[in-house]
Amino acid sequence: MILVELPPHLRSLAHVCGGVQLDVVAPVTLRAVLDALEAQYPMLRGTIRDHVTQERRAFLRFFACGEDLSHESPDAALPEAVTSGKEPVLIIGAIAGG
Amino acid sequence: MSNVRVLVGTKKGAFILSSDGKRERWDVSGPHFSGWEMYHLKGSPADPSRIYASQTSGWFGQVIQRSDDGGKTWFQPGTPPGETTGPGGMPKGESNKFVYDTSAASGAPLTTHQWYDGTQHPWEFKRVWHLEPSLTDPDTVYAGVEDAALFRSTDGGKNWHEFSGLRGHGSGPRWQPGAGGMCLHTVILDPKNPGRIYIAISAAGAFRTDDGGKSWKPINKGLRSQYIPDPNAEGGHCVHHIAMNPTRPGVLFMQKHWDVMRSDDAGDSWHEVSGNLPTDFGFVIDVHAHEPETIYVVPIKSDGEHFVPDGKLRVFRSRSGGNEWEELSKGLPQKDCYVNVLRDAMAVDSLDKCGIYFGTSGGQVYCSPDAGDTWSPIVRDLPAVYSVEVQTLA
Repeated sequence: MILVELPPHLRSLAHVCGGVQLDVVAPVTLRAVLDALEAQYPMLRGTIRDHVTQERRAFLRFFACGEDLSHESPDAALPEAVTSGKEPVLIIGAIAGG
Repeated sequence: MSNVRVLVGTKKGAFILSSDGKRERWDVSGPHFSGWEMYHLKGSPADPSRIYASQTSGWFGQVIQRSDDGGKTWFQPGTPPGETTGPGGMPKGESNKFVYDTSAASGAPLTTHQWYDGTQHPWEFKRVWHLEPSLTDPDTVYAGVEDAALFRSTDGGKNWHEFSGLRGHGSGPRWQPGAGGMCLHTVILDPKNPGRIYIAISAAGAFRTDDGGKSWKPINKGLRSQYIPDPNAEGGHCVHHIAMNPTRPGVLFMQKHWDVMRSDDAGDSWHEVSGNLPTDFGFVIDVHAHEPETIYVVPIKSDGEHFVPDGKLRVFRSRSGGNEWEELSKGLPQKDCYVNVLRDAMAVDSLDKCGIYFGTSGGQVYCSPDAGDTWSPIVRDLPAVYSVEVQTLA
């Protein structure tokens, strides 16, 4: 079971209170996690990755285990602590704007 | 007795203001979609309980929301709360998917426009500025978007398809973004001619289709803009808003970047009717519901100073279709006021007497229940107001 923490605005869109739990088929990569997230919560499609290019939206970042994964390959394997469900993938909105 | 429902989009959420026909006491509902930019909300003329909303964010992109109960509850079309997936776990809908048509079948319309530095720049979808529900079908709704294009949904907002003939018109490489982005902000449906739609783009100008969106023609003859290389060019004008009284769909009124304009031939030609306005820069323009020669504007000091002149918030009304304007200020602040009124932030109801509404960058929404003679604030302290629409309910 993979844990994902969403920023507050996306929690309200997805109608969830805290983190979400996802079943992700191995190999567990960032792309696989986001695919599973969007399959379970289709209202989030386009809010994290661009609909067409699948690029990360500019003001969002992905973190796990204290590491910034935003610029890693989306097909790289995630840390064991994530795949074992001990640590969540954090989707973070940039602190910017008014 | 009739009621009115005012739909207010702000920088940090949506609000719904409700009153009876006296328009004296108001109930305020909101914020809906707290923290999100709500560019526009509009109700369906065919089913007033159906409201569409454009919810957008610099972080999370575009979302379309829909209410089928007059704004009490909302959902993203195709994905109602509690039913997040369809059979087999597949998404039920992608209501926020706006993808430009680049198919060969539709002629593969142009894919670049003019950038600020004069170079060509690819079209990039950013947000929905304006939602215009069909006059007859609650499930059909048009969306004017940035970068400029017109989309339509015929399934209640679940799926969106572009009218590619507009970008494919041929003038697109000369379209350029205004300070607020290259937005298609005005969509007007002709109630007497289902095939006719007017749209306006900053900064490309106004366009019209007479065949339901397949082909488009620029309708900018008579516009004159000193800030573009050829002031009389067919395109490139920064049209801020266009308004029409539905009983006379061939007569249009325009607030341009500078100049208030009028057309009596469905946009084929325009002439200036700024007359005695203190300044002819502004964003909003609207027409009285029952008097098609009575129009309203809110003059703004200049393109470099987006606030009302002289610290006074004043609406100007012309009862002669332009040129002769009277100042309306009773009940509006006349000292130390420096707000702006954006292009979609004025609306009229269809009660008798006609009610006029507008919202400001300072978060006030004002109502005049007597066609502009007197004004009072419905709310004073909302986030900056982006849009105001009103529904007149039986």
